[in-house]
Amino acid sequence: MAVTRGFTGRPRRGDDDRLPPGQYDTGASWPTLTAELTPHLDVDDWTMTVDGLVDTPTTWDWRGVHALPGSSYFGDIHCVTTWSKFDTTFTGVSVDALLDITGVTSEATHVFATSTTGYTTNLPLDDITGGKAWIVWEADGKPLTPEHGGPVRLLVPHLYFWKSAKWITRLELRDHDEQGFWERNGYHDRGDPWLEQRYQGDA
Amino acid sequence: MTDGPEPVASSWTTAAVREVEHLGDDYVKLRLEVADRHDHVPGQHYVVRLRAPDGYTAQRSYSIASDPADPLVELMVECLPRGEVSGFLHDVVEVGDELEVRGPIGRWFVWGGTTPSLCVAGGSGVVPFVSMMRYARRMGTEPLLRVVAAAQTRARLPYIDELESYGAFVALTRENQPLADGSERVAAHIYPDELVPLADGIERAYVCGSVGFVSFVGRILGEAGVRSDTVRVEQFGPTG
Repeated sequence: MAVTRGFTGRPRRGDDDRLPPGQYDTGASWPTLTAELTPHLDVDDWTMTVDGLVDTPTTWDWRGVHALPGSSYFGDIHCVTTWSKFDTTFTGVSVDALLDITGVTSEATHVFATSTTGYTTNLPLDDITGGKAWIVWEADGKPLTPEHGGPVRLLVPHLYFWKSAKWITRLELRDHDEQGFWERNGYHDRGDPWLEQRYQGDA
Repeated sequence: MTDGPEPVASSWTTAAVREVEHLGDDYVKLRLEVADRHDHVPGQHYVVRLRAPDGYTAQRSYSIASDPADPLVELMVECLPRGEVSGFLHDVVEVGDELEVRGPIGRWFVWGGTTPSLCVAGGSGVVPFVSMMRYARRMGTEPLLRVVAAAQTRARLPYIDELESYGAFVALTRENQPLADGSERVAAHIYPDELVPLADGIERAYVCGSVGFVSFVGRILGEAGVRSDTVRVEQFGPTG
């Protein structure tokens, strides 16, 4: 494509190799984007279920999930609306730890994540295993606020952030892929920011 | 769940800038002739991508203000402080320039013209509702689409004349407004009581504005009896 007449863009910085194509560094701010009104959940009413193609479908409550071995992510996050945020810290439990308890059957290939609001998103199983995904309740050392998905959200930081479903309550393992909310509404099925997989039709 | 348009695997295309209109320092209206254009549904947006000589790109999404039948695609861009893309669109773009665009995008925050709906906008959040209003007018379905718009002042609300002629309810938070009956609406945010008659009989509500605005409107819609699962949200801007 042609150069835009008169456009030079913001000054390039040394951190630019941390930015996937088409992204900018949002600095200290953390924008929020949701399709629905923000729910205000009582942690006593929240549960986390992993079911579908697992050996032992399991549901944890707030205390139960905190009793699992904790795990943190330190690194960058990328939103499809083009902001990236560097050096975030999220704390919770790795999805691997949940799947260690439930087991995974050999037919499972994908996961369908569901929020308390009914929001959904789909992911290949390979994208939530092997230290790549978490269920988190803290961001930068503080409880995750409702607008950022608190009390508990999914975190899959190597994919665009709509895959990191806010207000997560269920992961269902499946033997096929089925589009979630934004995927049905025009966004990409996988969402790798380094491949710029933003919308349906992107390679 | 989705009653929006069929998915179109949109690809990047070229838009020729046909009209540029500055509305003070806050907004610029761009009217674009889009090559290989797909018709949009009111509420959808385009992505505009700028490309520097060294290959660096920056892209942002902008809601469409125009009716699908308009031969041009109209965007109303709010100029944000230090906005890399919005500042360029405001300060540099001229008639005759070409921009890379992609769209229409989004199948959730859309109005297909048949669902009785209430739209509530804060400031520049009015843009997708302008497309819906223009569509409703052309189709003669204005009774199905009620619009509420809030802004600090008249000058901060794009399309205010068009909103008023449509019959939208306008709430100014920092200016008193003379009303048709000779009285005055004292500067204030939207009151739940002001939404109650507008929410009567609707099956869906759309809210577009800043994070704080959407949170506020979500609360007062609830007080006005609107179920939260009928509310579709589009929000922008940082949180504190």
